[in-house]
Amino acid sequence: MADGSEASPAPVGEDAMLSRPKLLSMSHVDKIFGRDVVALKDMNLDVRVGDFISLLGPSGCGKSTALRLISDLIHPTGGRIKWEVEKEPGSLSVVLQEPTLMPWATVEDNVFLPFRMQGKSKRSVISDIEEALALVGLEKFHGAYPRELSGGMKMRVSIARAMVTHPKLILMDEPFAALDEITRFKLNNDLLAMKEKIASTVIFVTHSVFESVFLSDRIVVMAARPGRVIEELTVTEPYPRTEDFRTSADYAAHCRRASDALKHAMELGQ
Amino acid sequence: MTAIEQDAPATADLAVDPEELARARRNRNEKIGQWVLPALVVIVTIFVWDRIVAVNELPHYILPGPGLVVEALIEDWGMLSDSLLVTLRITMGALFIAIVGGVGLAVLFTQSRWVEMSFFPYAVILQVTPIVAIAPLIFIYVDNRMVGLLICAWIVAFFPILSNTTLGLNSADHNLRDLFKVYGATRWQKLRYLQLPSALPYFLGGLRIAGGLSLIGAVVAEYVAGTGGNASGLAFRILEASYRLNIPRMFAALLLIALTGVIIFAILSLVSHLSLRKWHESALKRET
Repeated sequence: MADGSEASPAPVGEDAMLSRPKLLSMSHVDKIFGRDVVALKDMNLDVRVGDFISLLGPSGCGKSTALRLISDLIHPTGGRIKWEVEKEPGSLSVVLQEPTLMPWATVEDNVFLPFRMQGKSKRSVISDIEEALALVGLEKFHGAYPRELSGGMKMRVSIARAMVTHPKLILMDEPFAALDEITRFKLNNDLLAMKEKIASTVIFVTHSVFESVFLSDRIVVMAARPGRVIEELTVTEPYPRTEDFRTSADYAAHCRRASDALKHAMELGQ
Repeated sequence: MTAIEQDAPATADLAVDPEELARARRNRNEKIGQWVLPALVVIVTIFVWDRIVAVNELPHYILPGPGLVVEALIEDWGMLSDSLLVTLRITMGALFIAIVGGVGLAVLFTQSRWVEMSFFPYAVILQVTPIVAIAPLIFIYVDNRMVGLLICAWIVAFFPILSNTTLGLNSADHNLRDLFKVYGATRWQKLRYLQLPSALPYFLGGLRIAGGLSLIGAVVAEYVAGTGGNASGLAFRILEASYRLNIPRMFAALLLIALTGVIIFAILSLVSHLSLRKWHESALKRET
């Protein structure tokens, strides 16, 4: 499948992935909660620019812990996490399972938040805000309050907020888990389109095999007790991926592989 | 029409639904009843009061009739309105200091767990000790009567604001806290854009209680202070009238105090509604 020997302008496959510059590296990262709860053990991961990485695993496998470590909310007990490119304000953003919007602020003010924390005035970034809202298809709702929006729309605002600064890395912690399947499929498609547009790198935590195969080019499979990486799979299907991919034989084969890996992970974690 | 409804329940919402009609009628009646019923109760009460006094020929120094109370209110309006202003000034002053002090202390508490742990128990002690027990001491040590009254009223009023605002500042959504941290918010930004807005509904709840309490504080403090003169509030007028067995004036002053309390509560409720109506659950009408 992998075919990196051709010097095409847009190479595909694993070789192309490996040729991208490094963005961030985790080496031998451990995290222990309390005295003896090993949430994460010896995690090694090189994140490259443009990657779409899914962390796939059962609950308790440390995938959310890994995200919290990368976002600097908690710090490793051992090992280290290093940014290989310069990290500036706005380089990193997160999307959580809940939309996590401020109910007292309009959609526009919610999306403005990352810039506000940088001390920028709204007027100076209003075009970025409008662009981000257009990206998620909510340009008409800039003055609405979160309570007026549906669950899917709230999540779109949350994504717009994460993308407004054109971050180098976006961390997503099961963002679509609470949504219905129709909305989730739509947001999956849109997310890929958005990622292409702002040329960012994404680490996406999920426990859905199908979601991870459709979205990512790298799937990191993790097991619980202790939380650890057991396998990494690659999905070589080139982007942009469309609905056709969802019904293709390749997709089914990738899902089978990922399912098997996940099953193995569950057995290990017992 | 009924045949269509039975055949196609999906179009039932286009037809007139008897249940919905009943609900609309109930809502309308409730809205009217909200105002009409209490008004009716007042009218009936005043009528019965008047009859009891007239039929039993009660002397006015035991129970004056409503007419006599209104008369006193009009006749003594000059004196009573001056006193009302004094009481209002103390109440408003105390409420203002309660807001500034309560919110200020709450912000201080949330900035440092150590400060909160050190001082919160004393705020509670101040609250649970009856003001009538502290007031005489305050008037011994504070020369200025007005300042003494303000301190008393403040002690009564500030606690609900302090405890509610502290609770509100601490109940900012945990995910939002994380988000602010990821985006590198400073302590001030976190306070200004996350904690204060989160605390607003709690603060406003405390404010409504504090409004009533500062009036109570002002009245109680005046009773304890007990001195007369030009700058006497309504509480002193009640004391004075009771010494002179001027019961109609007592009733008139009491009426003014009660009315003031109701108006304060109404104003603060309105303020609360206006500040929260755009986003907070408490101020939203359910659409279904």
